[in-house]
Amino acid sequence: MLEFMEGSHAVAEIVKRCRPQVIAAYPITPQTHIVEDLAQMVANCEIDAEYITVESEFSALSACLGASAAGSRVYSATTSQGLALMFEVCFNAAGMRQPIVMTIANRSLGAPLSIWNDQQDSISLRDSGWLQFYAEDNQEAADLHMIAYKVCEDHDVLLPAFVCFDGFILTHTYEPVTLPTQEEVDAYLPAFTPYQRLDAANPLSLGMYATPEYYMEFRYEVDRAMERAKQAFIKAGREFGEQFGRDYSALVEGYRLEDADTALVAMGSICGTAKDAIDEMREHGRKVGLLKIRTYRPFPAQEIANALKGVSTVAVLDKNISLGNGGAVGIEVKSALYGSGAAVYDYIIALGGRDVRKKDIAAVVDLAEKGKGDMFYGLRTEVL
Amino acid sequence: MAEVEGGGCELFSAGHRACGGCGPALAARLLLKATGKNAILAASTGCMEVFSTPYPETAWGVPWIHSLFENAAAVASGIEASLKKQGRSEKVLCVCGDGATFDIGVLCISGAFERGHDITYICYDNEAYMNTGIQRSGATPYGASTTTSPAGKCSPGNLHPKKDMPGILAAHGAPYVATASIAYPNDFMQKVERAINTPGPCYIQVHTPCCTGWGFESGETLAMAKLAIETGLWVNYEMVDGVVEKAKKVRRKPVEEYLAKQKRFRHLFKPARQDDMIANIQAVADANAERFGIDIKKKESSE
Repeated sequence: MLEFMEGSHAVAEIVKRCRPQVIAAYPITPQTHIVEDLAQMVANCEIDAEYITVESEFSALSACLGASAAGSRVYSATTSQGLALMFEVCFNAAGMRQPIVMTIANRSLGAPLSIWNDQQDSISLRDSGWLQFYAEDNQEAADLHMIAYKVCEDHDVLLPAFVCFDGFILTHTYEPVTLPTQEEVDAYLPAFTPYQRLDAANPLSLGMYATPEYYMEFRYEVDRAMERAKQAFIKAGREFGEQFGRDYSALVEGYRLEDADTALVAMGSICGTAKDAIDEMREHGRKVGLLKIRTYRPFPAQEIANALKGVSTVAVLDKNISLGNGGAVGIEVKSALYGSGAAVYDYIIALGGRDVRKKDIAAVVDLAEKGKGDMFYGLRTEVL
Repeated sequence: MAEVEGGGCELFSAGHRACGGCGPALAARLLLKATGKNAILAASTGCMEVFSTPYPETAWGVPWIHSLFENAAAVASGIEASLKKQGRSEKVLCVCGDGATFDIGVLCISGAFERGHDITYICYDNEAYMNTGIQRSGATPYGASTTTSPAGKCSPGNLHPKKDMPGILAAHGAPYVATASIAYPNDFMQKVERAINTPGPCYIQVHTPCCTGWGFESGETLAMAKLAIETGLWVNYEMVDGVVEKAKKVRRKPVEEYLAKQKRFRHLFKPARQDDMIANIQAVADANAERFGIDIKKKESSE
């Protein structure tokens, strides 16, 4: 049934139906509505979970790690500064192969302090070993949580995942969303079966230290698991499509790319605006399309190269910046398209919540087609 | 599991990589004798973690997890919540050094104690960051020379008093807080048993001399632990609901007997004796004796 609801509420409702046994979270804007909703659900006995009101994001993820290691399905949510505070635990949780699912309500990082949206927070955890999925709208945000649990807990993967959706633009926006029933979610997502757990009947030591003789192999194993996560995602996305009619089997998704000369590449809610802008440009006879990246980690380099075959100009919209070397997505798209002959340009756009309108998308396409790129888009003129 | 003389199961295996005469290693062994098999341990990064779990070897005969330096209490919070949800009976403990406890882990510990998780936090206190090379921590005693509070021409070593972690955790409402020493193994084990059987967050700080870091012969570990008690520089006590109930009484020896045997205090005696510093340290012991009432009075001793 299609219901009109806030993005955060849709996520909380779907998380509830995923039946996490332990939730640990610390409030931070714009993630708060999710964790408030879940707290109320626990208070109303709508969800049978322990809710740990930790004193920091650092402890939120640490508690999730402990609970996961003890054999529970766990959940947390954060953003921005909170994710930065979790930095150390993020690397640790991935290295310890705990299938934690965490929502990221994407927000910029200070300084200067900003509560508004870009994707600098999760992108900055690029190398941490967490899977990263980006949602275009609230329906996808909700759906990706179910898929995330399925992929993470797959014994061929066993890695944690961020489900990223844009702060305020999605978290606080009301959209029509279809929520599956508890029975439907149970049919899709079986109960958590830990690969191993802390158990007095079978004492294991977890999180040991590794000498140079062993360390590299652990990192290799995480990298292999990342690679296997691609197939696991495709499978989980296909099964989702079969059950719910919304297919997520693609790591990247093309929009009007078939005959496109110019392709935009983007992640998250900006894809919606881009699609509308493309429709208008198409009406004026311009052959423009979009490639939406759904899984930033693992990075679908081959899928991107395949999808953009025949495209002569590529414009990457980066809601982040790897200071000193341009946008992080652009860097990787250029690497994926190396040798393809396509001209790839990167645009740093919409940092700290600056609005992006259809005319901005069209302006970026104009710039790319004129061979002008690898730049900030939409700066105030006084700094130029 | 190997049976040892006097009975009791050894859950902490020999063959780990601790220094000969390691105080913390003895504490680990005694700790597991007290907990038995039905326990889950969350460890901090530190000496004990490193010497007991070089992959693929482990000395731990109970489930054990190490995540980071400063988050054992938060990890334990999650474990406890998970066990509660699953209806499991294992006791959850933290085993962390003084740096992880007094300094970098305070945030997580404070949160876990305030929330009232049913965990027992064991701090093995060897009074400095030994794993990284004997740097000063909040547990380093006044006057000790460490690699980051070295004695020099214009410094007599560490000038900060030892932080009162037991008091801080008692102030969180912890139902049971105790200090112990490896010099008194039965007392330590009884306190562990009491703590794990007390609902809510409990704290035990066990004094574990480090021959390498303090600078004494490795055969002197227990003697050094005992001298700390006998001089009043370490007091074994229990706090129940914030009130000191029992403190070990002693016929106090001058602190000099303890200080003179350790390299970390050698600068107080050589090249020139620093009477003022020794007097200040004696005053620490006197204040301990006053606060905890540990002095055996002449009258009592004649009874």
